[in-house]
Amino acid sequence: MSLTRREFVGTSLTSAAAFAAFPSMSFAATADEAIAAYTGGAATSDAGITLIAPEIAENGNTVQIEVSAPGAEEIIMFAAGNPNPNVATFKFGPMSGSQAATTRIRLAGEQDVIAIAKMPDGSFLKAVSNVKVTIGGCGG
Amino acid sequence: MAENVTPRVRAPREASVGEVVSVRTLISHPMESGMRRDGDGNVIPRSIINRFVCTFNGEVVVDVTMEPSIATNPYFQFEAKVMESGTFNFTWYDDDGSVYEDSSDITVS
Amino acid sequence: MTGQTKRAVAAMALLAFSASSLALWADEDADLVVNGEIEMIVRTEAPAHLDGALRTIYSGWVFRQDDTQAMQMDDFDNPGMLFAEQGQELFNTAMGANGESCASCHANAEDLTRVRATYPKWDEAHGAVQTVEMQVQECQTESMGMAEAWGQNSQEMLNMTAYIASIGRGQVIDVAIDGPAQATWEAGKEIYYTRYGQLELSCANCHEQNYGNYIRADHLSQGQINGFPTYRLKNARLNGTHNRFRGCIRDTRGETFAIGSDEFIALELYVASRGNGLTVEGPSVRN
Ligand code: HEC
Ligand code: HEC
Repeated sequence: MSLTRREFVGTSLTSAAAFAAFPSMSFAATADEAIAAYTGGAATSDAGITLIAPEIAENGNTVQIEVSAPGAEEIIMFAAGNPNPNVATFKFGPMSGSQAATTRIRLAGEQDVIAIAKMPDGSFLKAVSNVKVTIGGCGG
Repeated sequence: MAENVTPRVRAPREASVGEVVSVRTLISHPMESGMRRDGDGNVIPRSIINRFVCTFNGEVVVDVTMEPSIATNPYFQFEAKVMESGTFNFTWYDDDGSVYEDSSDITVS
Repeated sequence: MTGQTKRAVAAMALLAFSASSLALWADEDADLVVNGEIEMIVRTEAPAHLDGALRTIYSGWVFRQDDTQAMQMDDFDNPGMLFAEQGQELFNTAMGANGESCASCHANAEDLTRVRATYPKWDEAHGAVQTVEMQVQECQTESMGMAEAWGQNSQEMLNMTAYIASIGRGQVIDVAIDGPAQATWEAGKEIYYTRYGQLELSCANCHEQNYGNYIRADHLSQGQINGFPTYRLKNARLNGTHNRFRGCIRDTRGETFAIGSDEFIALELYVASRGNGLTVEGPSVRN
């Protein structure tokens, strides 16, 4: 049996697993609303911000994400497909050596991870990365 | 209440003046999202660490607001710029009011 | 083709084993060095007793995605080590009627370095093959005066076995299968090749004939246990060997054996022996 990568991935990705932290999907607020609330609706630029996320995560319960936006005051992270899209806000203080951080997050299925950086001049930068989540249906 | 919460930090012990050093933290915590149900169908109440702060000699390196989408056993990596010898202090704030602390000294020359 | 094989083939088609190489996310040629100092053997010649069923044996680590592999390469990135540390604390904590800790008798934890690499092991006094968990329970009830030993799958036991594994990391696995252990080993081998469940799949169908392939989205390993207990991303906690066996049999939609049962003890001995030549990695990181 031979499937192309795309077909195979397409048939094998689903969202909620029994162990998932978010089995019931009731969306409190959408990511768009949360982002609008954060930026006050201001336009965002996609230059000057980097978001590193795996293209395919082996398990949605622990996905390592890295974000960097040189000069930012704050970076806020969203998982657009989670019941509560807010993930974390990083405020960088005077002792920070870079405006970058790595953390591990939960993703309830394939979705966009979004990072918005708030710059000292009041502008906002935005990066989006789509992450597919495999569901290991096997092996307990 | 979360049991057996163990914080762990890793920062260099030595650095040169003005060096940017990498700091990593890990803490054992279930980060109960508040959206799961137990065997009887009752919602398991939310119980997460909702804030993490790292300071160096009293000044903030990074201050993180955390939501239930942060994975179990929260992990952070970030950088600090050190101009003098001193102490990193790390503080995690639990929903239940508990505060977990750790620290790490660094000699800067 | 017998009816039995036909059904098994149908089951496999249903589960869609696929050779599609998601090369992007698994580096099967990578080498594992933990903390830049513990050199692991993640692939080596199969032990003679496998009679050519496998030419090379591989640690489950090589089948994991880059990110998952990386988490095991540094103790700080490996959340399983948090629990090994909690196990170390337990090792030094007094428990039981005699007010002793494990360290009271095992003052030098280094004496336990070979434990993970050589268990399950024949125990002369009990006339049976013992797992590490059983040995710890024996110390608790017979030496420490504890009324009740830790459960085989309790958090304390998982933490302790993670600690015992961690001090033996890098040790080459060499489980004895002859002498008094042989009958148990044969029983374990029998279980390994028995088809279970509605899908009528044996351990071998997945882990011997299809390792390296994908089953749904899971990259199948050889089902080795050199990395146990494993910290799984799936449930973000330590998982014991028998618990994993149970999950694998449940996935065939079959009735499974109990954690700590004679069947799983025998299976553990047999599966451990299939890894003779690999190195102890516990607590490892798996998906
Ligand atoms: C009162 C003394 C005593 C205490 C306390 C004790 N043990 Fe033991 N332990 C022994 C003796 C004696 C043996 C060897 C006997 C045997 O093999 O059955 C042993 C064997 C072992 C072994 C197997 C060593 C090998 O090389 O095969 C392990 C593992 C072990 N103990 C773990 C523990 C742990 C974990 C604890 C604490 C929960 C503990 N022990 C507490 C006396 C003790
Ligand atoms: C339907 C296919 C299937 C069958 C049958 C099956 N497993 Fe698995 N097993 C898996 C999958 C999928 C995984 C997760 C990916 C991997 O590590 O191979 C897994 C994982 C494992 C692991 C974890 C490996 C590691 O590196 O941590 C062990 C051990 C294991 N299986 C043992 C067994 C045993 C023993 C049997 C027979 C009782 C068995 N499996 C039957 C599919 C199967």
